[in-house]
Amino acid sequence: MIDVWGLLFVSVRDELLCAGSFRAPRLDVVKSKIVVLGGGTGGTIVANRLRRALGDDVVITVVDQDNDHVYQPGLLFVPFGTADAADLVRPRNRQLRPGIRFRAAGVDGVDVDANVVHLADGGTLDYDVLVVATGARLLPDETDGLTGPGWRERVFTFYDLPGATALAGALARFPGGRLVVNVVDLPIKCPVAPLEFCFLADWYFRERGIRDEVELTYVTPLDAAFTKPVAAATLGGLLEEKGIELVTEFNTGEVDGAGGRFVSFDEREVPFDLAVAVPLHGGAAYVDRSPGLGDALGFVPTDPRTLQSTVRPNIFAVGDAASIPTSKAGSVTHFEGEVLAGNVVRFLRGAPLDAGFDGHTNCFIESGFGKALLIDFNYETEPLPGHFPTAVGLPLLRESRFNHLGKLMFSWLYWHGLLPGRDIPGIPATMPTAGKHVPTTPQKGG
Amino acid sequence: MTTRTYAGTEVSVTDDGFFTDPGQWREDMAPEIAREAGIDELTDRHWQVIKFMRHEFDEKGTGPTVRVLGKTSGIGVKELYQLFPKGPAKLAARIAGIHKPRGCI
Repeated sequence: MIDVWGLLFVSVRDELLCAGSFRAPRLDVVKSKIVVLGGGTGGTIVANRLRRALGDDVVITVVDQDNDHVYQPGLLFVPFGTADAADLVRPRNRQLRPGIRFRAAGVDGVDVDANVVHLADGGTLDYDVLVVATGARLLPDETDGLTGPGWRERVFTFYDLPGATALAGALARFPGGRLVVNVVDLPIKCPVAPLEFCFLADWYFRERGIRDEVELTYVTPLDAAFTKPVAAATLGGLLEEKGIELVTEFNTGEVDGAGGRFVSFDEREVPFDLAVAVPLHGGAAYVDRSPGLGDALGFVPTDPRTLQSTVRPNIFAVGDAASIPTSKAGSVTHFEGEVLAGNVVRFLRGAPLDAGFDGHTNCFIESGFGKALLIDFNYETEPLPGHFPTAVGLPLLRESRFNHLGKLMFSWLYWHGLLPGRDIPGIPATMPTAGKHVPTTPQKGG
Repeated sequence: MTTRTYAGTEVSVTDDGFFTDPGQWREDMAPEIAREAGIDELTDRHWQVIKFMRHEFDEKGTGPTVRVLGKTSGIGVKELYQLFPKGPAKLAARIAGIHKPRGCI
């Protein structure tokens, strides 16, 4: 709770800050106003944590352009018919704790000097603290030809609901031929998802009895199957084991949907009969329209440890919207939520921020046939073998039925544990090392 | 880590040729590094990218990705590939004497 002394401290600090170049918000009303842009994973977690921490001492408003919260990890399963698109969507406002205001409106822009959000419906919201949680946006139009002839006919993406649903039909009708999964460029949400798609496609076509008729190819701009060396070797090995061709350092310049080929900037070609592309990602469009808020790709420059933006002290960013060197993944957002919410409270109290976020990332990787791998890493430590979270936990970097069950169970945990902003027993926000086989030579998470 | 000699000065580089100390780099080293990478002559367009890489590294501590280069350097991605074949972000970083770009995860 913010106490009277805390508010007095904040007021004095604001007067001091006003003397500098940063015009701090005036807290001349009792309740501070926190505006959270985005009611997805990050926005919901942060709003719920802040409501629990601060109660009626603050007014929290969550803004999103619609009221459909999509469970994005489920999108991977829709094309294979193992998840129903309708089951992945729940109302955003129902995931928020009572007392949190929800505003269904698009954002026109943020005036970072005046501390005001301009909404697309003409309304405005002024804030003492702004949390940017509007995630990443798919930008298929930025790649030549991607949305041209063949788009949603033989060229698909499973990174949104309509795309994943349309792909389900195309996969079911696919008679065999060349299926190419192509990551156009990074960063993307859930960087292991395209690999998982390959593994599941191998399983799917075997189940259909036509695997021998399907040539599967994974095309990536990276120089290996994954960014981190130990995981790249394991995942590259799995691709080989499953007969999936790996094409590396392919920077897609053009998609020829009619002719069925990807063309790289250095003029290499990969032909396809059916293509699954992961389009370029950028931040929310309003970030580009808000002078000073975002970087060249529309993500918010953010301190990787405190999650306070480097744009203004009273702006924080969480999840995919933040420009920090982590995967854009729900687990990262969840772990960030604890540090970020704590730091918003500290900021309001005028206390020093906690540089406690270590880049912790935790991903299940579906490998087909009812199995999955698990990787767990942070800024400093790459994914390593061993067990999570302790020596008797789930196996790391190894296929296991337990990991598959973990991935399935995660859906329940997402709606009932993560989004409400609860700590998950035994799963700390910082990366556990107890069960990991740490090499003796120095290595970096990169 | 190893050493190379450019423009008569010995410098430390990583196994894949990136400067370990960008402070050791001088402009007169760039043509030699470029030739080593198969670029015979550095044009004004090359230099525009090299200077941009140095500036970005000074500001942010890492070189930009190809996509960011294409959006912010004033030279489009297609031309970047013509200037620095195969991998513009990595190659330009090497010639500009900065660390290998961290890239994305």
